[in-house]
Amino acid sequence: MEMTAPAGHNPIDENRSGLIGKPIDRVDGRLKVTGKAPYAYEVQDAPGNPAYGFIVEATIPKGTVADIDSSAAEKAPGVLLVMTYRNAPKQAPWGPIDAKDRFARSAPQLANNKVRYYGEAVAFVVAESFEIARAAAKLIRIRYDIELGEYDMATARGKAEKPKDDEMQKADSLIGDFDGAFAAAPVQLDATYTTPHHIHAQMEPHATIAWWSGDRVTVHCSAQLLESAQNAVANTLQMSPSKVRIVSRYIGGGFGGKLPIYGDVMLSAMAARQLKRPVKTTLTRQQMFHFTTHRSQTIQRLRLGATRDGRLTAIGHDSLSHSARFDDFYETASTQTRSLYAAPNRLTTHRVVKLDLPISDSTRAPGEAVGMLALEQAMDELAEKLELDPIELRLRNEPAIDPEKNIPFSTRQLVRCMKEGAERFMWSRRSAVPGAVREGRWLVGIGFAAATRNNLLMDAKCSVSLDRQGVLTARMAMTDIGTGSYTVLTQIAAEMLGLPLQNVRMELGDSDFPETAGSGGSWGAASAGSALFDACTHLREQIARRLGSKPDEVVFADGRATAGARSETLGGLAGTIGLRADGQIKKGDMAKKFSQQAYGAHFAEVGVDTDTGEIRLRRMLGVFAAGRILNMKTATSQVTGAMIWGVGSALFEDAVVDARFGAFVNRDLAEYHVPAHADIPAVEAVFLDEVDDKTNPLKIKGVGELGICGAGAAVANAVYNATGVRIRNYPLTLDKVLGLEVRQV
Amino acid sequence: MKAFTYERADTPAAAAAAAGRPGARMIAGGTNLLDLMKLQVETPVHLVDINRLGLDLIESSENGGLRIGAMVRNSDLASDARVRRDYAVLSRALLSGASGQLRNKATTGGNLLQRTRCYYFYDTARPCNKRQPGSGCSALEGFNRIHAVLGASGQCIATHPSDMAVAMRVLDAQVETVMPSGGRRVIPIADFHRLPGDTPHIDTNLQPGEMITGVTLPPPLPGYHVYRKVRDRASYAFALVSVAAVVDAGGGRIRSARMAFGGLAHKPWRVEAAEAWLAGTVLDEAAVDAAADTVLAGARGFGHNDFKPALLRRTLQVTINEAARAA
Repeated sequence: MEMTAPAGHNPIDENRSGLIGKPIDRVDGRLKVTGKAPYAYEVQDAPGNPAYGFIVEATIPKGTVADIDSSAAEKAPGVLLVMTYRNAPKQAPWGPIDAKDRFARSAPQLANNKVRYYGEAVAFVVAESFEIARAAAKLIRIRYDIELGEYDMATARGKAEKPKDDEMQKADSLIGDFDGAFAAAPVQLDATYTTPHHIHAQMEPHATIAWWSGDRVTVHCSAQLLESAQNAVANTLQMSPSKVRIVSRYIGGGFGGKLPIYGDVMLSAMAARQLKRPVKTTLTRQQMFHFTTHRSQTIQRLRLGATRDGRLTAIGHDSLSHSARFDDFYETASTQTRSLYAAPNRLTTHRVVKLDLPISDSTRAPGEAVGMLALEQAMDELAEKLELDPIELRLRNEPAIDPEKNIPFSTRQLVRCMKEGAERFMWSRRSAVPGAVREGRWLVGIGFAAATRNNLLMDAKCSVSLDRQGVLTARMAMTDIGTGSYTVLTQIAAEMLGLPLQNVRMELGDSDFPETAGSGGSWGAASAGSALFDACTHLREQIARRLGSKPDEVVFADGRATAGARSETLGGLAGTIGLRADGQIKKGDMAKKFSQQAYGAHFAEVGVDTDTGEIRLRRMLGVFAAGRILNMKTATSQVTGAMIWGVGSALFEDAVVDARFGAFVNRDLAEYHVPAHADIPAVEAVFLDEVDDKTNPLKIKGVGELGICGAGAAVANAVYNATGVRIRNYPLTLDKVLGLEVRQV
Repeated sequence: MKAFTYERADTPAAAAAAAGRPGARMIAGGTNLLDLMKLQVETPVHLVDINRLGLDLIESSENGGLRIGAMVRNSDLASDARVRRDYAVLSRALLSGASGQLRNKATTGGNLLQRTRCYYFYDTARPCNKRQPGSGCSALEGFNRIHAVLGASGQCIATHPSDMAVAMRVLDAQVETVMPSGGRRVIPIADFHRLPGDTPHIDTNLQPGEMITGVTLPPPLPGYHVYRKVRDRASYAFALVSVAAVVDAGGGRIRSARMAFGGLAHKPWRVEAAEAWLAGTVLDEAAVDAAADTVLAGARGFGHNDFKPALLRRTLQVTINEAARAA
């Protein structure tokens, strides 16, 4: 099916078995907590005893390998292979830069002696054990010729370029006369905000085990997008995608950092071919900082012009980020500003600086996550200038239709989220005067920020089969990155066929299965779920035919199909041959007809230690409207997790570059701070009722990333409300609160 | 990690003798050493496991103090009833460090011997005089938010990361050791850790192979015990600055105030002259500020850690005031 019109009434609406929305436990929960869900590095089905790879990283940020001596490593007992640019198999060159799917680009390893960024692979050691490989890696002597590079965005910002427009995204937008309207606005805010580099900090490091059967390679790895991974391997190793099987059944966190695959995959595959033996490779935590992608730092300028009664007349959002010199990614931090608030005159821009840093790419709601850190603090600042409640300011600028696309919103319940949240959080108790509430040594403040995240639907396919035991097996090249895909897809299938949950087997994570867009951009449940819905619809039609009836006259419940007086078990109807059906979703043009976003309202209360400047979150609430919720428990877990990301981005996270070395300095989770348990007291998430028939047949929206969008700004606004100190450079650390910070070099 | 040989020692003297051989190291909880070995920041060729030596008792000593075996785990020490009652500053310092899992494994002796958390020390691709003497200090002109503002040298501006050691410094603990020769000695905590000077690769005054067998605490000090750790997140972060204090006060007057500081230097920092100045004074902001002046004499920042002296001053004010009120 294709989304060319609103979805009609369907069995998901009917929810006869009550499984849709039900907060059931994860179907894979027991496997995970008992250690029986094998992650890529733990997969035991390799044919033969695997060898262990270890990647040797470049310790310069830019230049060439002038000389490499791997003789000592090669002679070390237990070492099987040392691969360098001198003996690496031929691969396709990197790119192309304008690839339709940038995650399917050829990404050769050890292809030549060039070093493009710190931490890029310069050698690969394979040995009988991980420890032997890692120790041998240290025996390799490399002499580099270092070239001058650029590692600091602020220094190089004069060379910023306008990124190319593409189908998904235009770099700039201009509506009306922004400059004139801003200049003429009676109340103006012109403020610049910065956000630092972020890393994904997934719990599971990237890992691969690869082996060959004839000319076909099987790769178990930790990948969000199986089809992209399959094509990336095929493109790099110059083989047919049909000869590449990617398996990724369990993933310990993706967060955008596993949208691409990395050298561990290519190097393991090449070594396995050469050694005729399975090869497994994992990254160390330290390696992940450079070898995988990160979120670029940003510098964002917000210009808001308003009338004295708080009507926005001009909105301007200019965003600067960096990309690796050879790449073209940029952080779309100004994009949400195109649709969030009404204003007749609007300007949004993106500029990108090419640096010789490791590759920046999608990280936990690319665009909105950091864009909202700036926009929603700016709105708070403007509200204060206007002497207006921050929520009232948003209410006065609520658009009737998407202000730049000039199309209706599919659903938009931002106002209800704000009102519901304000009541639950007792927002009315907030002191409009900052620094006014003191409890012992703590200054206490509360802050608000809106949440918005673009909703996406991607093409996907699914096949289902029903056997004589009445067990439905669904197969998709879909992934579960810890979000609960296995669980919500099981609920959809069980509800569609009226089967008990335990009669559904959800088989995901294998590129041999029908292709989907995988997990990314919070599109996973909508896309794979809709393909599954379609396949189940077709299966219902077959079953109805067997009953001599029409699908809408058949009741599917309790493992039976009933049409009038005729009632049979699904197993019986499937018979010994069984039944099978295929399904697919095509995204269609509904996103062009309706502006689709999920919304929310974040409320945060912080205490700030008056003596030390330490900021501690005290409570937080997010109220969201994100379409129908498939499973209240997994959805709540997702958005509360994302709210905690937001707290991290507000208060802690900062991957620091030492520009002398072109490398990140704080390369472990002891010094790259994400929130610890003690930092997160009560975080509550509430979903409002919503059904959006413009999005997909399930009438759901993506929820994964919504929770981070705006969350950090609510915290920053709370810090201001507590202290009267406005900190525009994230993260908000105690030295900044105390006015003692030193500008970073 | 480089391949190494391994033995399990039967007695402290045997452990010291074995660990005195070139390239040998003792391993207790391993919570720091194993990480450093994986990164080849430390490359011992031989490990002497001392986990079966006992040395895990907390005993009252004849003079009314406490003797803590070197192998007493941080969790056990923090939860010991005598420690909580009589040496609360030590219990609080321990509980402010690391995580529950690490404290269950980490030992009293090992905690004293943990190495700096300087980012550049951990990165073998970077110059670091502590890791590789003579190679240079990357932190001096690099990112140095967590680094020293007191007692640093042109060779090294690393800090000692321990919270426990700061509390032991304020308590005037003594470190008992056994030498490879079998001889024993007692090292006052003040003399245990070193300043970096021209030999930043040497953290302590232990001889090669010399093994900590225990730590003794003098009889309990009168006064209120407090450990205030200021850090970037609420848990699992090293101190930006910390204050261990035992304050005896009454009637608005300080009878005695002992103070030691973490996060400032290559060793737990203590300036007895500041304590002498406070003893007998009327408690007010000026008095504590003057004490802070003495503590911070010669303090200098290196850029990103410039905030530390001012932060220490503020933290000291509130800590002494709170302790004096509670005393």
